[in-house]
Amino acid sequence: MNKILKYVIFDIVQNKIVLLYTFFLLVLSLSIFSLENNSAKGLLSLLNIVLIIVPLICIIFSTIYIYNSAEFIELLVSQPVKRKTIWLSIFSGLSISLSLAFFVGVCIPVLIYHADTTGMMMMATGLFLTVVFVSIAMLAAGITRDKAKGIGLAILFWLYFSLIFDALVLFFLFQFQDYPLEKVMVFLSFLNPIDLARIQILLQMDISALMGYTGAVFREFFGTYTGIIISFIGLICWIIVPLLISLSIFKRKDL
Amino acid sequence: MIIIKDLIKRFGDLKALFGVSLTFSNGECVALLGPNGSGKTTLIKSILGMVVPDSGTISFNEESINGNWMYRQKIGYMPQIGHYPENMTIANIIDMMKDIRKGSHNHHDEELIKSFGLHTMLHKKMRTLSGGTTQKVSASLAFLFNPDVLILDEPTAGLDPLASEILKQKILKEKKNGKLILITSHILSELDDLITEVAYMQDGNLVFHKKIAALREETGEQRLAKAITTIMKLDPS
Repeated sequence: MNKILKYVIFDIVQNKIVLLYTFFLLVLSLSIFSLENNSAKGLLSLLNIVLIIVPLICIIFSTIYIYNSAEFIELLVSQPVKRKTIWLSIFSGLSISLSLAFFVGVCIPVLIYHADTTGMMMMATGLFLTVVFVSIAMLAAGITRDKAKGIGLAILFWLYFSLIFDALVLFFLFQFQDYPLEKVMVFLSFLNPIDLARIQILLQMDISALMGYTGAVFREFFGTYTGIIISFIGLICWIIVPLLISLSIFKRKDL
Repeated sequence: MIIIKDLIKRFGDLKALFGVSLTFSNGECVALLGPNGSGKTTLIKSILGMVVPDSGTISFNEESINGNWMYRQKIGYMPQIGHYPENMTIANIIDMMKDIRKGSHNHHDEELIKSFGLHTMLHKKMRTLSGGTTQKVSASLAFLFNPDVLILDEPTAGLDPLASEILKQKILKEKKNGKLILITSHILSELDDLITEVAYMQDGNLVFHKKIAALREETGEQRLAKAITTIMKLDPS
């Protein structure tokens, strides 16, 4: 596994997009922090970037990278290497390099300007979201052979998690507004990794009071240590499940 | 030794293999013949585990290849069209292969790299290579690890006459070393002095699998090309 991982990372590092992404994140976070007098406000601006831009870049870059590695995969499949090793090496290579980009681009500025529990939570959820969206990209690329379809599917996944899901939840809330839905909302937020990350960070920011009764229920569940642990277990599931599905597809794929 | 039993493979609605059963013994040099789209490459890719068959079994040295991958250490494969990572140089590819197959193969057979003259262009990127040069790289990689079984899919397509003669001499040499060699080709005249057995496929079925001597006797023809055309006339199924 290590041998193939080495070649994957070597290849991604040669690719300038990841360097550009790191640089972009770094410039953005540094400028946000130096524009705002209050670093807590800066963190809030950074939150939107972590929740929108990071998943988008991770899923698109990973999907394209997997399709572009088709030759590499084809070459290795005829060699004495397990298919599982090839697939997991690509996943680890992408996760490691994109997490590293996030670490340099966001974590370091946060550590410099705002290294409290909120900052820590932002770094942790950002890193988790990076890996979650690499995993979803593996699934998108595993489902279809066609590169254009695969990238389209990846964009659709991103759109679903960052916009459509919330719209559906809102619609659902309005339809059933006569019923107490706070507990259901806690469950629903586990269906979207971005929501899980958002709730965790917002709760750390102490602005849950603005969210009314639902906010109080969220606080009661997600605010405790058990709640934090359960929501991170939720994020881990979001990494493992798409990866395992894509692995079982890849194992049976004809090359 | 490779034993294939009742192999069936569909690609969507298209049936590529209809229950093919074949046995390849060590020391033989088998020509896998048949028109385009007869399932030769699918059969080869199934042996390599690149294509997962719908049903049927393949065993390599008495072990099922299903879910197994170690057996590929004993196989050298030259694809019909080699696809390589574009940004890697020839040297990168060769080193990567050596690295991946390290441990079981510490002796490398670099004869073909030298005789094809690849050692003078190791720094060239795969993207910039011509089709023929890419084929030379594929051939060199197939022979590099001195494997017991060589699977060559259209080995001489795209090679110039000189390179194709070098490859043919190399195949003859490996055949003398008692290796099992599986070749698909459309150029029958090249195969004459190489092969010991012929397997003929059509529309995903195995039409016949015979020793070359038996085939010559049956048809009364010495040349493979003529023998094959004669037998196709006799047996139009």
